[in-house]
Amino acid sequence: MLRLSGLAGLLGLAELLPRLGLVDDDYLPPASRIVAALAAEARTAAFWTAVGDTLTAWAIGLVIACTLGVAAGVLIGAVPVLRTWTASTIEFLRPIPSVALIPLAVLLYGTGLGSTLLLVVYAAFWQVLVQVLHGVADVDPVAEETARSFRFSAWARVRHVLWPTALPYVFTGLRLAAAVALVLAVTAELVIGAPGLGSVIAVAQSSGAIATMDALIVVTGLLGVAINLGARLAERRLLSWHQSVRGEVAG
Amino acid sequence: MLEVSGLRKVYRSQRREVEAIRDLTFTVDDGELVCVVGPSGCGKTTLLRCVAGLLGPTGGAVRLAGNAVTGPPPGMAVVFQEYGRSLFPWLSVHDNVDLPLRQKRVPRPRRAALVSEALTAVGLDGTQQSNPWQLSGGMQQRVAIARAVAYEPSVLLMDEPFAAVDAQTRAELEDLVRALWQRLGVTILFVTHDIDEAVYLGQRVLVLSASPTVVQDELLVDLPAARDQLHTRADARFTALRARVYEQIQAAKGAQPNTAISS
Amino acid sequence: MIRRFLTVLALPVTLFLFWYVASRTSESFYAPPLRTILVAFGDTWTWPRLRADVLPSLGRLAAGYLLAALLGVGLGIAVGASRRLRAAAEPVLEFFRAVPPPVLVPVIMVFAGIGNAMKVIVIVSGCVWPILLNTVEGVRAVDAALSDTSRAYGITGFARLRYLLLPGAAPQIITGLRQALSLAIILMVISEMVAASNGLGFTIVQFQRSFAIPQMWSGIIVLGLLGFVLSELFRLGERFALGWYHGRREAQRRS
Repeated sequence: MLRLSGLAGLLGLAELLPRLGLVDDDYLPPASRIVAALAAEARTAAFWTAVGDTLTAWAIGLVIACTLGVAAGVLIGAVPVLRTWTASTIEFLRPIPSVALIPLAVLLYGTGLGSTLLLVVYAAFWQVLVQVLHGVADVDPVAEETARSFRFSAWARVRHVLWPTALPYVFTGLRLAAAVALVLAVTAELVIGAPGLGSVIAVAQSSGAIATMDALIVVTGLLGVAINLGARLAERRLLSWHQSVRGEVAG
Repeated sequence: MLEVSGLRKVYRSQRREVEAIRDLTFTVDDGELVCVVGPSGCGKTTLLRCVAGLLGPTGGAVRLAGNAVTGPPPGMAVVFQEYGRSLFPWLSVHDNVDLPLRQKRVPRPRRAALVSEALTAVGLDGTQQSNPWQLSGGMQQRVAIARAVAYEPSVLLMDEPFAAVDAQTRAELEDLVRALWQRLGVTILFVTHDIDEAVYLGQRVLVLSASPTVVQDELLVDLPAARDQLHTRADARFTALRARVYEQIQAAKGAQPNTAISS
Repeated sequence: MIRRFLTVLALPVTLFLFWYVASRTSESFYAPPLRTILVAFGDTWTWPRLRADVLPSLGRLAAGYLLAALLGVGLGIAVGASRRLRAAAEPVLEFFRAVPPPVLVPVIMVFAGIGNAMKVIVIVSGCVWPILLNTVEGVRAVDAALSDTSRAYGITGFARLRYLLLPGAAPQIITGLRQALSLAIILMVISEMVAASNGLGFTIVQFQRSFAIPQMWSGIIVLGLLGFVLSELFRLGERFALGWYHGRREAQRRS
């Protein structure tokens, strides 16, 4: 009940502020008009194409980033030498803001899907990699020594000690990467003009259709909420066997 | 004087009610050291939280020097079981002991004296600038005791303070509590699940029944005031008292009333 | 010591040399030789340029980030301390966090124009959510035993905030601040790319549009360096602020 009251209050506020003239309704149209604009959009094919484009870029980028991130993470994590030698490079490359690549993406791929993918993959990759490395570092030394004392092969150690320990972190990484991938997909569309919700928002803004623009933004928010909920649900279901579904690692 | 009269506590959740404490009445005189024992899960901690003013009772009342306890009263200090979690990890040992005094607006020179006296009394000289987590479990609990002592309370509540330390440390800390009590003349209500500890420490032992809790038995510990781990525990009188408490707790466990009332 | 130095520097130096050598004879328009980029770097990022484009960007970044931190921590403590408020606010907050922050740029442009205020507001409105939500989570997770202790010893009001809630929630607050920092850089660059007359984002896009490729690459390098330096500064600050937290974790790990 209480949970719904907050949302209801927000909607009420968004309706009343412009209606009472407290904010200019050219800037913030009342909630009802945004909802109407949303309904109108939902009847057009172009809207659904845009949603599809955004989700396609999101999904492809996420799959590529996660495959690369997990592979690189397990490889680097399993070989201590690699871990020490790559640490500084990772620390240097990770904080490079993905948007710095925008001009490069434009030159290489123009306004195509490739531009979006480049940004999405770059941003999501680090999320996965860093979490996997945290997970690998979390391996219990006692478990590791137990495995060694039973003369497990290197592969068996990865399979039975390292991977199960890292798995919760892998899921955290996937969850974070899924959220970041959506942000970058929409950003690329907005700034570069690649097809998708972002470019439709830019068009709505430049043509002064504020209610439509707000409606589209609400759609991106709903997509984000859906992705977060889905990722959390999947994580809980797939990791229910694990003694603790771990919290996010500071990093 | 600390009076608990007709104390009742019922926990309510959306679907059911659990009566943790049914009817508790007892008093602790000024300067007395009373131990409370009972079978596990009998609401000892609930009782202590009610006395400390951290939890409002469902019925009955707690009075300290004639005043009803409705929130944490001044002049009362608490030592919790979870020593690792009841100390501020971001403050040094010194600041942990000092902070409650600052809240009491004790002047600075007096504070410095109280803190260093308390830390000396519990045998923690030279650890003032350490962080609590750098100390062993037993030392951390000493810090918590020092914090309580420096607060100059008239009543000291201790909630199974030694449940999580090893046996040797525990014996040392028990003697420390007795020594501090004799020196400071403070009133102590000491909750424990350990029968030996209750008899060894207390002047009086209250035996609680299983939940919903009432006072099952009350006995006077007529052992000499000077006690030590070796001789007191070998004393025939000690053994007899211990046996009686043990029997009472077994009896309390046997007669377990149903704990949940569906609403 | 020398060994440590070697392991830290070996791979970056190798990669750098590889890039340098491999691109030496590059004819590609888009991937000029690293030598050319480095020369362009020196020519481009001179003091007047730093003052005209980098400083304004840093100013917007700092203003937006600090405001977001104040707002986020303040509101987060208020929301986190009240169970009812938290239940009511959480769905709303989750929604706002899920909105990809860059789409706020067009919304805010509508009423704040394209000046500095717009960029600062964009940064604030994008960065505040991770800080806010993490603070709420941190306050909620403050240890119950510690909370009881504070009450029992009369630590209330401002002292409760200063000695219990803020430090207790600090690990999560810092996590939120870290997420917000990378977001702030992204939003600074994007708001300048979309609408600005100076700043890093603006300059880099100008280079790209005028096909000044080596200059554009040097701009990307500047952004990379900026991200790296800020994250290192953040790490130093965190070491200082959360010394107790890392120390305790180490202690627990050893036992």
